[in-house]
Amino acid sequence: MKSVRVLVGTHKGAFVLTSDAKREKWNVSGPHFGGWEVYHVKGSPADPNRLYASQTSGWFGQVIQRSDDGGRTWEPVDNAFTYDGVPGPHTWYDGTPHPWEFKRVWHLEPSLTDPDLVYAGAEDAALFCTRDGGKSWKEMPGLRTHETGQRWQPGAGGLCLHTIILDPDDPGRIYTAISAAGAFRSSDGGESWLPINKGLRSEFLPEPAAEIGHCVHHVAMHPKRPGVLFMQKHWDVMRSDDAGDSWYEVSGNLPSDFGFAVDIHAHDPETVYVVPIKSDSEHVPPEGKLRVYRSTSGGNEWEPLTKGLPQKNCYVNVLRDAMAVDTLDECGIYFGTTGGQVYASPNGGDSWNTIVHDLPAVFSVEVQTLS
Amino acid sequence: MIRIELPAHLRTLARVAGDVSVEVDGEVTVRSVLNALERRYPMLQGTIRNHVSQERRPFIRFFACGKDLSLTSQDIRLPDAVIDGSEPFLVVGAIAGG
Repeated sequence: MKSVRVLVGTHKGAFVLTSDAKREKWNVSGPHFGGWEVYHVKGSPADPNRLYASQTSGWFGQVIQRSDDGGRTWEPVDNAFTYDGVPGPHTWYDGTPHPWEFKRVWHLEPSLTDPDLVYAGAEDAALFCTRDGGKSWKEMPGLRTHETGQRWQPGAGGLCLHTIILDPDDPGRIYTAISAAGAFRSSDGGESWLPINKGLRSEFLPEPAAEIGHCVHHVAMHPKRPGVLFMQKHWDVMRSDDAGDSWYEVSGNLPSDFGFAVDIHAHDPETVYVVPIKSDSEHVPPEGKLRVYRSTSGGNEWEPLTKGLPQKNCYVNVLRDAMAVDTLDECGIYFGTTGGQVYASPNGGDSWNTIVHDLPAVFSVEVQTLS
Repeated sequence: MIRIELPAHLRTLARVAGDVSVEVDGEVTVRSVLNALERRYPMLQGTIRNHVSQERRPFIRFFACGKDLSLTSQDIRLPDAVIDGSEPFLVVGAIAGG
């Protein structure tokens, strides 16, 4: 009997939501690490009971937690994220040099094949990894020390490496995205990196089509078609058909092409989901209506999905890591809001149920499909 | 034994209730007490002091016997009442917010 486990990171702890394959009745466990910001919780594809959580605090700094029993119990593991060598400066908001300082881990990406190998995306932007299940972390300095690194500037949320995507067909290929530097690709397992931002335009830049400097909010890849990427940029929903070598806009008829989250249907690589947000200065849904938009044609033509979602007086945000899909026969879509709701659609977005509606602000949502 | 009072979140992280006690070899200073604390509870490394610089984290303060030791050197000797265990060494999370 299959089941699903939804891993939710919030402003005040982590929650584990479980259900059978019907996805109608839910058990809620938490808060784990109550009172701490939990930016991300993710399970290992190679061992679904192995979970990792990024727990942070303005007072006490970074903690990484590991569970070996699907989130029932947790153990803190190593939390020393030390940049390799003496990090030079990046560029501050005002254009002046600013020292690289570790602040927190935004995203944890366990290896597809080894539960002890995990990649961590940090603020200030850097890629770390552990090869011993979290007992020690080492920076993979090739990204931070890229020749463009000193020109990277933070977005409003900081200079954060928030997206890590592993190519299931090519163990050497890794994609990352950094606000507000852009997207990068490695073909050698993270040793060296190439900016992949051709085709992006950011009007706030002196050169709107610059090589770096784009505020990429999130990138999604379908595991069966790893050369095709979808991106929610600060403004614009973008698509690449050549592994990021070039991008073209697929915003089409969206009511706003600003947003954070983007994800792809588990069984149809051309079916894509975004949550339009009104603007960069008003992080709320357009017209107070919370709508997921679905394209079944790989972009450009989008339909609003509203059944079960609030269609008036709704002023929440959906953050970049707060949408996920399960792999059940009828694909489930999940997202969390800054208002503390976690919504689930057991039918590819046609209708939505509220799993929980009063959590702390949701930072991240991940889903595990368990057999 | 040196008694240490930790903020609630760090007690939870270290899985202790109430004060913790540590043995300190040699001079009893802020640094030697924190070193002993982190040896006994490794999960606290980095939560009170920066991993690399060993500087106090900005929103953490140290007190003992009514004195704020946050801005003094970590190498000053702690008061006798802390050394004989009659008073705790306090690690305090700064009150912030509004």
